[in-house]
Amino acid sequence: MKPAPFDYVRATRLDDAIDLLAHSPREVKILAGGQSLLPVLNLRMAHPDVLVDVTGISDAGDLHVDDAGRLHIPLTARQAVVAADPRVRQGWPLLAAAISHIGHPQIRNSGTVCGSLAHADAAAELPAVMVALGATLHTGGPRGGRQIRAADFTLGTFTTALEPDELLQEVVIDAAPAGTGWGFEEFAPRRGDFATVGVAVTTRCTGPRITDAEVVLFGLQGAPTRATAVSDLLRGADKTAGVVNAAAAHAADGTDPFDDIHASAAFRTELAEQLTRVALAAALEVSA
Amino acid sequence: MTRAPQPATPPLAEPSAWRDLHLVVNGTALDLQVESRLLLSDLLRHRLGLTGTHVGCEQGSCGACTVRIDGAAVRSCLTLAASCAGREVTTVEALAADDEELHPVQRAFREHHAMQCGFCTPGFLMSLSDAQDQNESGSAEGDSAAEVLMDHLGGNLCRCTGYVGIRQAGREVLGLPCNETCGAAHTCADAAPGAPQIGRRLLRREDERLLRGHGRYVDDLDVPGVVEAAFLRSPVAHAHIRNIDTAEAVHQPGVIAVFTGHDLAGVVGDLLNSEELRVPPGIQQALQPDVRIQPQEALATDEVNYVGQPIAVVIAQNRYLAEDALEHIDVDFDELPVVIDPEAALRDDSPLALLSEKDNIGLHVRATTGDVDEAFANAAVVLKEEFRSHRYVPSPIETRAILARPDRSTDELHIFSNTQTPHRMRDHVAAAIGVSVDNVHLHPVDIGGGFGQKGLLVAEELVIPYVARELGVPVRWVEDRSENLVAGTHAREQLHRIELAADAQGHLLGLRDRFIVNLGCRNFVGLTVPYNSIAHVSGTYRIPAMDLEATGALTNTTFTTPFRGAGRPEVVFAMERAMDRLADKLGIDPWTLRERNLIRPEEMPYRNGLLDRRGLPHELDSGDYPAMMAMAREMIDLPAFRRRQEQLRAEGRYVGIGVAMYTEMSGLGPFESARATVQPSGRILVATGSPSMGQGHETSFAQVAADALGVPVELIDIVGGDTDKVPYGIGTIASRAMVTAGNAINKAATALRHNVIHAASQVMQVPVESIRFVSGVLVAGEDSLSLRDLVRRVAFMPDKEGIARLSELAYFQPPNYATSSGLHIAQVEVDEATGAVRFEDYVVIHEAGRIVNPVIVDGQIIGGTAQGIGGALLEHLQYDDSGQPVTTTFMDYLMPTVETVPDIRLGEIVCPSPTNELGVKGLGEGGAVGPPAAVANAVEDALRPFGVIVRSCPLTANHIRTLIRSAARE
Repeated sequence: MKPAPFDYVRATRLDDAIDLLAHSPREVKILAGGQSLLPVLNLRMAHPDVLVDVTGISDAGDLHVDDAGRLHIPLTARQAVVAADPRVRQGWPLLAAAISHIGHPQIRNSGTVCGSLAHADAAAELPAVMVALGATLHTGGPRGGRQIRAADFTLGTFTTALEPDELLQEVVIDAAPAGTGWGFEEFAPRRGDFATVGVAVTTRCTGPRITDAEVVLFGLQGAPTRATAVSDLLRGADKTAGVVNAAAAHAADGTDPFDDIHASAAFRTELAEQLTRVALAAALEVSA
Repeated sequence: MTRAPQPATPPLAEPSAWRDLHLVVNGTALDLQVESRLLLSDLLRHRLGLTGTHVGCEQGSCGACTVRIDGAAVRSCLTLAASCAGREVTTVEALAADDEELHPVQRAFREHHAMQCGFCTPGFLMSLSDAQDQNESGSAEGDSAAEVLMDHLGGNLCRCTGYVGIRQAGREVLGLPCNETCGAAHTCADAAPGAPQIGRRLLRREDERLLRGHGRYVDDLDVPGVVEAAFLRSPVAHAHIRNIDTAEAVHQPGVIAVFTGHDLAGVVGDLLNSEELRVPPGIQQALQPDVRIQPQEALATDEVNYVGQPIAVVIAQNRYLAEDALEHIDVDFDELPVVIDPEAALRDDSPLALLSEKDNIGLHVRATTGDVDEAFANAAVVLKEEFRSHRYVPSPIETRAILARPDRSTDELHIFSNTQTPHRMRDHVAAAIGVSVDNVHLHPVDIGGGFGQKGLLVAEELVIPYVARELGVPVRWVEDRSENLVAGTHAREQLHRIELAADAQGHLLGLRDRFIVNLGCRNFVGLTVPYNSIAHVSGTYRIPAMDLEATGALTNTTFTTPFRGAGRPEVVFAMERAMDRLADKLGIDPWTLRERNLIRPEEMPYRNGLLDRRGLPHELDSGDYPAMMAMAREMIDLPAFRRRQEQLRAEGRYVGIGVAMYTEMSGLGPFESARATVQPSGRILVATGSPSMGQGHETSFAQVAADALGVPVELIDIVGGDTDKVPYGIGTIASRAMVTAGNAINKAATALRHNVIHAASQVMQVPVESIRFVSGVLVAGEDSLSLRDLVRRVAFMPDKEGIARLSELAYFQPPNYATSSGLHIAQVEVDEATGAVRFEDYVVIHEAGRIVNPVIVDGQIIGGTAQGIGGALLEHLQYDDSGQPVTTTFMDYLMPTVETVPDIRLGEIVCPSPTNELGVKGLGEGGAVGPPAAVANAVEDALRPFGVIVRSCPLTANHIRTLIRSAARE
């Protein structure tokens, strides 16, 4: 199928894109790589009037690490570029690992990190990873910019805290404290598919004791799910297999998992526990 | 039809939506203007003529459209042309210039037989060349070469090859060592001059043009003035149509006409695949089957009874505009009750799936042999089970496509179609739209896979030729992926209630199988599939008494028709699962149980007491099933596996092994044709009714012709499915091409050789006996004569018949089926925690008579096996209760990928068929028959400690976890 008519506009400056979003009388959609949007357009499931391509914006900054050691990912950054960046691989290996699960190179070469976050597919890796990394999402809009914590950004399937006239401009991620452990696991029917369930984990330890653990599941419900019951059980506990297994059993506590043709809620619950167990074990392996 | 009031100009967009585009394509800088919504794939293919980039889904899933932008592989169907400003696009055409040698990735694909139909190939080549560059530059996200390779190849779907050759080609390109278990590593030693071509591992002759992006598929044809069609389809599963309003649609930009069923009433006949629906007299007489036929209107006027049924067609300047106009057609429906489940459909209180019928029975047939009641009465053990084969979509990467070009000066109609049965299409179209069959011409094109889906005529293929003639312009329709998944053809849905009776040692005494076939909205193909199941249920086993009963249920779903195997994978799943359950009940090993029941070679030809599909006594012509089992025991150390299985279970790891055996009665008649002609150039043209959908006929048929003629294979050109070159033909379906067309070619070429030598004897004025025909040259003593000179001189000879004799037409009518057989062994590990299945090993032992080209044969076996594995693990076309299909894209209908299919070890037994001179048997479908049963048997074996019984596929992780959970509860 072919997309319905629309006007394509290539924005060169952030203000241009925001201006179009805020003031065009027509329905405007942001095109930030298009690897989720184009299938929807080709299937004629959406009929926007204007597509504003933001991947050519010149004043969004580069992918860089600032003086405070924070990683900045602008809305122009393609997923493949981010994952291949030596600074990212070194300092934010969880992010690089997660991106390698997004589709295939042919998708990641076009798709952007910010595009995926703004799209907010429930089974997507990046919204959950950003929560686990405590990322901050910087938006621009006619009323000025906002900074939104990743945990507050994704509200549900295809729903975010972005106002209709706002643009996700940049993601900023603090440097992880030395000794932060990480783990990423996902289960998908085939490599590159959207996850049935996945989990991103970060941990911190003092000696044999776990001081903090963030466990964020995706594919389970509309928005990334923080497994706080697991974190609570781990915090202050010793890093033993017994502790991890006991905690992981609570991964899906209080959730209402999806139940669809690909996976029952019961299966997703099992996967949540199993993947959490494996990801935690991996994280604690690296955790100082 | 409602015609647009004025000749339309093709504005794909308002002027305001055009964008300037400066980009570089394959090294050439271009300044263009493009519409905002134009996809890069369409810019390349339809504006720049770079048709090597193919379109398989437009959903970003199949990867056929992969190109490189600024060096990075991307989907051109998910890229707007306008977004490529200032960028550099590279397509398959740039891998090697026409006058250059093939690029290393192209060469590797050719040498490892990593391609069959060639449709997905350019996308793979672009992905692989990206992987190669990344690997060489070390910029590959720091991953290993193997990781880079699998990651890239995982983004492309191939439906033909089963990926084994593709993986191998990729390993070579990235400098990775050859995997030893790979079954497709081929080398082709040059044969000695004069050595037979049959049996030679000849690399395919069709590959080079396909690798260069020079294939000619229907959507690649550059036909001046061609316009495009798009169909409006029913969004509901069952409804009365109250009204269809096309008034607004016809005024949309670029629209030429809109047709509804009312426009076609009385001028386009109903769709009826009459050859498939024909009941052979022997079956009619002996079994008196109830075969009810429900012809389908080309476009529905009053009632729709499945989602996807065509209701109207828009003809516009291009596909974009046609789809725009579809959104302006209003249809009022009165929804009717639906029935989706075939068992429910057969209950007395079921709603009718089609209102014109008195009930939902589309067919009923029962076949018996021996005294079944006595067999069960005398049995030591009786097994009763229920096994279900689920619904698949054949899913060739090239969807269905047809282009019809009317010629007003001669009243002829030229059709370019990717049908598997061109002569049938010619006859049907001519009859349905009231044109002389002499005036309908089907021209050969490359075909991007078929697997049975393109072997049937569908309603759209009657509409397009009619519309083209009516409008007097060439019209093209290319099915899109969702249309293909929703309303192409479906297959395989059967429910078997099977019973086995055996003595205490496991010797089979009797078999009962009552099964239901979900026919879908209509009985499309009569007994073809159900009776094929009946004909193959006993397979390799000796079963003295059988009672087999098939009931076809009409439901509000898409029609089900043959898909590679056509009734065999379904029934083999039931039978081979039942054998494993019986073995379990008897407490003997499943392999031993099978060995005790195999028909022995000395019993051949073996009659099982039933009638075959033609209504003649069922007869296995040849085969050696015990030898297959013996080879299986050589290739797999079963006792060692059982020991390891025990040990691993103690560690909480679950491995299992499953075997499945089957027969394949191949070479379906009634005939196939071939004409062999000495061309004016001296080359030999061999035309046959059987086209190639990727099977490599240009190579294998040429090998047959070369041996029969005694000329080099290079001198032979093969044309399949050109209705102007042979008057009658059937096509490439039902594992028949090599048996029927191969033998027809052998006959025609043999006769031509005889005539060539006799004509040469007249021209050279020497006795026939003194002529030697070597390497395409006629030699008598010191004299020699080329074929080119022979043709020219014969034309001037007083014997005017001479030239006519340099073209020979032959038909081959198979006297019986040539029965191939196979044995599959799946060895798996099941992860108890996640339900994931991983292959440890996969073995296929096949027997398919004399092998013409082992490279092609191995590719067919592996490719078929991959399709079977797809269904065993992933593929499932599903409906919800209201009759809405819910797996309508490749994101939900999960095709096997490069990681799904393991390396496959092949074993071969050869029992030449006595039914034909070449001794060949068909094997195209066989590979697809074994996997569901073998994989299910392996999974159940792995999960034996849990007491799991596998009654259906696909064995997704979700399904396996459900089985484990419910077994634990029992």
